[in-house]
Amino acid sequence: MLPFDFEYYKPASLKEAIDLYQTAAKNRKKPMFISGGTELITLGRINLVHTEAVIDLKDIAECMVMQFEGDYLVIGSTLSLTKIEETNHFPLLTKTASEVADHTSRGKITLGGNICAQIFYRETVLPFLLADSQVVIVGPSGIKVSPINNLFHEQLQLGTGEFLIQVATAKRFVTAPFVSIKRRQQWDTGYPLITVAALKIGEEVRVALSGLCPFPFRSKKVETLLNNREWPIEDRVNSALSELPGPILNDVEGSAEYRLFVLRNLLHDVLEVLGAS
Amino acid sequence: MKSQIIELYVNGDLRTVTVRSADTLLYAIRGKLGLTGAKPGCLNGDCGACTVNVDDWPMKSCLMLAVEAIGKNITTIEGLKKTPIQQAFVDNFAFQCGYCTPGFIMNCHSLIHQHPDADDKTIKEWLGSNICRCTGYAEIEKAVKTVLENQ
Ligand SMILES: Cc1cc2nc3c(=O)[nH]c(=O)nc-3n(C[C@H](O)[C@H](O)[C@H](O)COP(=O)(O)OP(=O)(O)OC[C@H]3O[C@@H](n4cnc5c(N)ncnc54)[C@H](O)[C@@H]3O)c2cc1C
Ligand code: FES
Ligand code: FES
Repeated sequence: MLPFDFEYYKPASLKEAIDLYQTAAKNRKKPMFISGGTELITLGRINLVHTEAVIDLKDIAECMVMQFEGDYLVIGSTLSLTKIEETNHFPLLTKTASEVADHTSRGKITLGGNICAQIFYRETVLPFLLADSQVVIVGPSGIKVSPINNLFHEQLQLGTGEFLIQVATAKRFVTAPFVSIKRRQQWDTGYPLITVAALKIGEEVRVALSGLCPFPFRSKKVETLLNNREWPIEDRVNSALSELPGPILNDVEGSAEYRLFVLRNLLHDVLEVLGAS
Repeated sequence: MKSQIIELYVNGDLRTVTVRSADTLLYAIRGKLGLTGAKPGCLNGDCGACTVNVDDWPMKSCLMLAVEAIGKNITTIEGLKKTPIQQAFVDNFAFQCGYCTPGFIMNCHSLIHQHPDADDKTIKEWLGSNICRCTGYAEIEKAVKTVLENQ
């Protein structure tokens, strides 16, 4: 039960969703798109989210696809993480998604909701940053397709009234060797202390992180240093650690020093598993 | 408070309920339908005490709005009658205070249905969604395994 009231809409088409948003915005209802809706409930309950018009995207056909189209794997934004895991088209995504929250919650949490979450871990974006995926977005001015690495800076940069329909990933990335490791403060479920996802494309290792900074990221600078095969591995990891974006999180999950200690080991593990050492 | 009348398909019956859009499914089934088997715990998706089945999959009813459940097949602990997992909980002493029990049973019931051949890894992955403050985990695990083995 939430401490505020809202109108609830479940549009059946992209156009209907866009129109509902614009009408509600005009009427100053602070409309909100939802997909799994779990963040609306958990943050709404403690007054960290407020809206008077909820637009539920779950019935829109384009947001529910999961198929190969030509050279791309296309995944809809309203699919639950469980559905994505069970289908297992993109093993790195399966592994990363399967570590989010817990099994029952993943039946409700969706890909779009996790990527666009206010809670800053957004772990399922990592595979797509590494795979140079394309995001398919719709808004009042129509549909657009953009490289995720152009549009994701700490969070997906969406204009007013826009939402994510799908993410498309080229097949060669879907099948590339990968590592995904989630380290928690304790136990096997819960938010990450640090999550690292890595893909090996040819001889190059790509690395993306969640839980280190108050946003997930992939850094080309860090990757260049890690891939410098002229240096011993220790120097590559050390130089990569000196080029991290900031701030490093320092919270109940772990201090900044501890996170850096864990990250150092994780980077060694990644390079070793992917045969880049 | 704006209310609306919706129909929910619960334990095989179509039930008419007056809800706010902002009411969770947990609130609607307990407060409006008197089905108090699903328990409120954290109300935040963390404990699993509120677990029901929606279209045969486990669902934390505190993480779902009642209006999202329109057209879905909802089963609560009251809808289970003499199922093997209920008997197995009794036989294996899989509860102490009992607060977590309905949620655990609904999760186990769905697990047995979706993965009749569940291995240890799958069992652990699914049951990790529920917390038992009395720490009866070993007995609960035994109860699920008994049912899986007897099938
Ligand atoms: C028990 C629990 C444990 C969790 N553990 C983790 C964890 O380990 N790692 C992690 O990363 N996260 C974790 N989370 C956070 C969770 O992944 C996010 O809160 C996520 O937003 C939930 O997804 P949803 O589909 O329910 O989101 P919703 O509530 O539907 O939406 C979340 C946000 O995204 C926006 N949005 C939704 N869909 C779209 C779309 N298609 N286009 C544009 N914007 C959209 C909404 O407007 C809203 O702002 C956990 C959450 C719970 C409840
Ligand atoms: S009350 Fe729903 S998960 Fe705790
Ligand atoms: S039996 Fe008491 S919480 Fe599980």
